[in-house]
Amino acid sequence: MNTADVIVIGGGIHGCSTALHCRLRGLSVVVVEKDHVARHASGVNAGGVRRLNRHPAEIPLAMASAALWQRIEDLVHDDCGYRQTGQIRVAEGEPGLAAIAARRRLVEGLGYSHEQWIGPEELFELVPAISRHCLGALWTADDGHADPTRTTRAFARQAAALGAEFLTPCRAGMPRRAGGGWQVPTDRGTFSGAQVVNCAGAWGGAVAAALGEPVPIEPIAPMMLVTARMAPFVDPVVASFDRMISFKQSPNGSVVIGGGWRSRAEPDANRAHVEFGELHRLIGTTLDLFPVMRGARIVRSWAGIEGAMPDAIPVIGPSMTAPGVIHAFGFSAHGFQLGPIGGAIVADLVESGATSLPIEPFSIARFAGQAWREAS
Amino acid sequence: MSGARFRRLAETGRPRVAITVDGAPVEAMQGDTLMTAILTARGRLRVSEFGDGPRAGFCLMGACQDCWVRLEDGRRLRACTTFAEAGMAILTGAEEGADAF
Amino acid sequence: MNARLEAPVFDLAIVGAGPAGMAAAVEAAARGLAAVVLDEQPAPGGQIWRNIEASGGRASLGGSYAKGAAHAAAFRAAVADYRPGTLVWHVETADHEPARLWLMQGERVGQLRARRVLIAPGATERPVPVPGWTLPGAMTVGALQTLLKGAEVVPSAPVVLAGNGPLLYLTAVQLAACGARIAAVLWTAPPGAWRGAVPHLPGFLASGTWRAGLGLMRDFRALGIRVVRDVAAIEITGDGRAEAVRYRTAGGASGEIATGLVALHEGVIPATNLARAIGCEHLWDEAQAAFRPRLGPWGQTSVEGVLIAGDGGGIAGADAAPLAGRLAVLGAAHALGRLTLPERDGLAAPLRRDLDRILRGRAFIDRLYPPRLARAALPDAVVVCRCEEVTAGAVRGAVASGAQGPNQIKAFLRCGMGPCQGRFCDPTVTRLIAEARGVPEAEVGQFRLRPPVKPVPLTAFAAAGEEVA
Repeated sequence: MNTADVIVIGGGIHGCSTALHCRLRGLSVVVVEKDHVARHASGVNAGGVRRLNRHPAEIPLAMASAALWQRIEDLVHDDCGYRQTGQIRVAEGEPGLAAIAARRRLVEGLGYSHEQWIGPEELFELVPAISRHCLGALWTADDGHADPTRTTRAFARQAAALGAEFLTPCRAGMPRRAGGGWQVPTDRGTFSGAQVVNCAGAWGGAVAAALGEPVPIEPIAPMMLVTARMAPFVDPVVASFDRMISFKQSPNGSVVIGGGWRSRAEPDANRAHVEFGELHRLIGTTLDLFPVMRGARIVRSWAGIEGAMPDAIPVIGPSMTAPGVIHAFGFSAHGFQLGPIGGAIVADLVESGATSLPIEPFSIARFAGQAWREAS
Repeated sequence: MSGARFRRLAETGRPRVAITVDGAPVEAMQGDTLMTAILTARGRLRVSEFGDGPRAGFCLMGACQDCWVRLEDGRRLRACTTFAEAGMAILTGAEEGADAF
Repeated sequence: MNARLEAPVFDLAIVGAGPAGMAAAVEAAARGLAAVVLDEQPAPGGQIWRNIEASGGRASLGGSYAKGAAHAAAFRAAVADYRPGTLVWHVETADHEPARLWLMQGERVGQLRARRVLIAPGATERPVPVPGWTLPGAMTVGALQTLLKGAEVVPSAPVVLAGNGPLLYLTAVQLAACGARIAAVLWTAPPGAWRGAVPHLPGFLASGTWRAGLGLMRDFRALGIRVVRDVAAIEITGDGRAEAVRYRTAGGASGEIATGLVALHEGVIPATNLARAIGCEHLWDEAQAAFRPRLGPWGQTSVEGVLIAGDGGGIAGADAAPLAGRLAVLGAAHALGRLTLPERDGLAAPLRRDLDRILRGRAFIDRLYPPRLARAALPDAVVVCRCEEVTAGAVRGAVASGAQGPNQIKAFLRCGMGPCQGRFCDPTVTRLIAEARGVPEAEVGQFRLRPPVKPVPLTAFAAAGEEVA
């Protein structure tokens, strides 16, 4: 029988980060991944490294993660394509301006100053290519973006270099109790360990359900469009308070357009389809915001499978029903920036059962029994 | 710059179509693709936007996508599958790197 | 969305109007199917019979070209809804529902639905990556032929043809007949290839295609062109454009020929991009050294309602393609309840007999003209991906750092992510991974493709959006 201190289910960024942080603390780790590292949400997201406009509960974690991003090369021996280009969220009309005002009151009330208001003049200076109908924006200057596949792989590579074992492609079955610890059946035999970490993304709900604590997770497939390479015309990642869009030009010149447009996810079949009928509005928004895009050509589209929680924040923390199991899934399409700190939090929990960061809002207990349904 | 890469076989009386390539007048024939019009006038088609220099088209059947040129109005067209129309002002990206997309 | 419901529904959408697509359209009309033919080209004929109507089967292009005129005429007479200049850039499929085809016509996106989709995409030339193949003046032999057939232009200076295969002979003869000069042919088929082909000779003789083949070789020899045989490696050199080609033979002889135009060709492979983007299963064909879709006897792919006919299903040539196209339509007509089983099989029997006879001749040609430059050791510095300018060395480096498959290479290096969607690097990437890992290409597989299969301007979508709104 194969044994390890920690068995991680899922080779996305949170699974790989967990493996790395556990190894840094001397714990033995096996990561079981059904496809290959970064196959789904961790590999096909837009790569935003963003604190701007986060859920209030996530802000402390995002701040701590930002500190790790600052020294990402020390952590994983790869710069991960990380660039602090800033992130901007514009207001295109009165509703957007009102949303900015409310957001500023909220964030400043919590004592944070990372989200700054910029008026039209400053916006047009920062993003000369943006349409002049924009009225202003919130801006986080030291947010940015990174290459998601490269980042996730860098975590995996560094964890492996420190001795973590990666089983890919290798399907994990449901964890079962064995003595004081856990067993996880896999395609390559059964692994036993003291603790199990559920980093299974969209598939994380199935693991939780098998442990007797079902959650209302929804598999989603955010769609993204990519253009042929264009001469550089925008640095920051741009979003809007008025319409669903996320807009980024990669260092190689291609433009990645997303913003949460969802298509059909088929987690059982391991696939997602892009539905172009849904995307004409996104394309209209793109052309409105960036007139230069009239010369752009779409060369590729994709939809990656991710797990979304109804309150749009992840499940992070110990299982309520299965001592020794820790959950970190359901990042609801914005877990990439949290990757570096997510693994550290899980390693804290594995090592000592506690962490200094405020993770209470993410507890799986919020979905227990009728509590969630009544609250919603 | 090398001379024309291709020459026409004995031509019938197809009407002429006046276009410009990087500002220089080029006489195409009705029914010419942009590729034909450009390569019967000069030696290359465009400059690779980001990499290793000039290109002259490769497959000519709409597969390799190595022949996209742009018009002065910002539109982009695949030269091997687009017909020349009178007045088209084609830019091949030869003038400078950064604006050559 | 309303637009989704409003898109018209056809019995059959035929994608491509080459030999397979045209014959399929004729058969569909005979069976009373409501069919639409969507083709990217401005006129019927596909690549092999490009511009056939306007050129009237120009005599200098030879008999195999002239044959296309009759096919095109029959197509025109039968087809009810033919949409030239229409790119099918994506097909959405769902079980038990008509497929939704996404189109681009002119500069507008559109859509229609069809109960069956017959893809007749034809072939593309096998990519032949050699040093210098991105220089202006390096093209494919097929490109020269396209210019000749479509635009009636020929190279203005002597050209060097490098590679092997029937199309190279044919193009040389056609170019010469049109007054173009051919400086030399660098012939890459190994002299011993005939030994492997001999066991397949009876099938070839029975197929009847040998007559045209022999005639072609006789015409080629009569040109008296300089031929360098058994060429194992070439390099195109020049500063900003091709100026010369260097070659080396298997026997160790080497040389250099000054030329501004080098045309490469080592056979054709199935054009599989659309089928792969739809999700049709593909398998490795060792004899043809290429992937092709897995097909049933009526052209059925692994995706319900999606059929493939012609060279896109495996290279068999322009005589076989119309038969395969018609068989696929008969199968579809039966599946849609328009033909009984005995009717279908009765109509199919003579077609299948002819098709089988032609297919028996194919193995001989495959063995006689194996790819060589396209399978030779590739120097690290050679660009593999023309769009993103990724070198063979970079691909090898990525494999060494753990990328086990094409999709990981793509994610690592952007190789295959450019506008051509991997058409010109896919076979090379698969081969490089297979070599580095010491496993067969069948095991390595291909890029997972994402729609659109060809670039679509953003503005074309915006127009569709307005329509929907």
